[in-house]
Amino acid sequence: MNDFTYHAPTSLDEALAALRGGEGAKLIAGGHSLLPVMKLNLAAPTDLVSLSGVPGLGDIADGGDSVTVGAMCSHAQVAGSAVVRARIPALAAMADGIGDAQVRNAGTIGGSVAHNDPAADYPAACVALGATIVTDRREIHADDFFQGMFATALADDEVITAVRFPVPARAAYAKFANPASKYAVAGVMVADGAAGVRVAVTGASGDGVFRVAEMEAALGASFSGGAVAGIAVSSDGMLSDTAAGADYRAHLVTVMAKRAVEACG
Amino acid sequence: MPSVTMTVNGMERSGTVESRTLLVDFLREHLGLTGTHVGCDTSQCGACVVHVNGSSVKSCTCLAVQADGADVTTIEGLANGADLHPMQEAFREHHGLQCGFCTPGMVMSAVDLANQNADPSEHEVREWLEGNLCRCTGYHNIVKAVQAGARAMGGGS
Repeated sequence: MNDFTYHAPTSLDEALAALRGGEGAKLIAGGHSLLPVMKLNLAAPTDLVSLSGVPGLGDIADGGDSVTVGAMCSHAQVAGSAVVRARIPALAAMADGIGDAQVRNAGTIGGSVAHNDPAADYPAACVALGATIVTDRREIHADDFFQGMFATALADDEVITAVRFPVPARAAYAKFANPASKYAVAGVMVADGAAGVRVAVTGASGDGVFRVAEMEAALGASFSGGAVAGIAVSSDGMLSDTAAGADYRAHLVTVMAKRAVEACG
Repeated sequence: MPSVTMTVNGMERSGTVESRTLLVDFLREHLGLTGTHVGCDTSQCGACVVHVNGSSVKSCTCLAVQADGADVTTIEGLANGADLHPMQEAFREHHGLQCGFCTPGMVMSAVDLANQNADPSEHEVREWLEGNLCRCTGYHNIVKAVQAGARAMGGGS
């Protein structure tokens, strides 16, 4: 890993100034996505700006028809939050299935969302639940936020402060996990809420999270596992690696979608 | 170069590091606490697990500067002199190790579990140890040790 200048700001304004001060500055939250890619020299930031000392980014708030999760909340905090467990249990369960206990203690929602790994779980939850990504300067709907593998709508100097999830009537996440990393080989979040039924898939496509319109329409007409069991997605553009080939991933999307619908009860 | 100060096993320790210095390297190379091991260096195997502010984390995926000001506990901080910590004693009693490479991380992970769950089921222990790999034992005795250690701790470390 190349060396860099480390900044530990104690306010959002200081963090923004540090982010703008370095030519290749990056934010670091829990570091569980960024440090591994830095070790591989796939990223070599000149400056790292830590958000750990910035106040106000670690709260989980029940807003009635929505739940707002601070960007620095760890996966363990989301999984264990009484508010999340009561209002959006599918989100708590999803967070509880990320990586392992130590990864969940360090990795954060903001870091995961900003990194947009094509096999990460949070993008599927954000898109299916119709979440809003809140930054230092604006609010971005999940549909517009995720823009392909490792790409998001964030500006270089933009800081995620929170993610706001509408409370669905029912939702569930089903994941076929890589047995070593627990990353999704295929993960499907199904949510039935104010915006209708939404089906979001992670882990499968080289372009990252995507929705399956045909499944959403079928579930809108009849919310049952059988409604999606016969809907196949194309293997074009699916990831293919030692864990699973493209055809198998496409098959898994249908299986995981059916399981998620059935888990909605 | 940045200087860091943290409480390690109850003692304030300082050092000058590179920004890129990992917490595990600070513990091992700067402080000589070589009980914390580096296995995979990719946050999968768990040989490097330590507690930072009471939570178990993988110290190969944490910068030393990120732990500046933190309260860190390593495997060396568990025993009280010659008296093993109840979790260490349980690993010895139940033969929860063979080569011992993964053991420091296993024990630190197990203590974190026991702090949250005084009587974990076999299933809960196996789920919790997802991030700790052992290539010798088949885990069976480790699971028995963690359950016994948690009960011996009686809900506190």
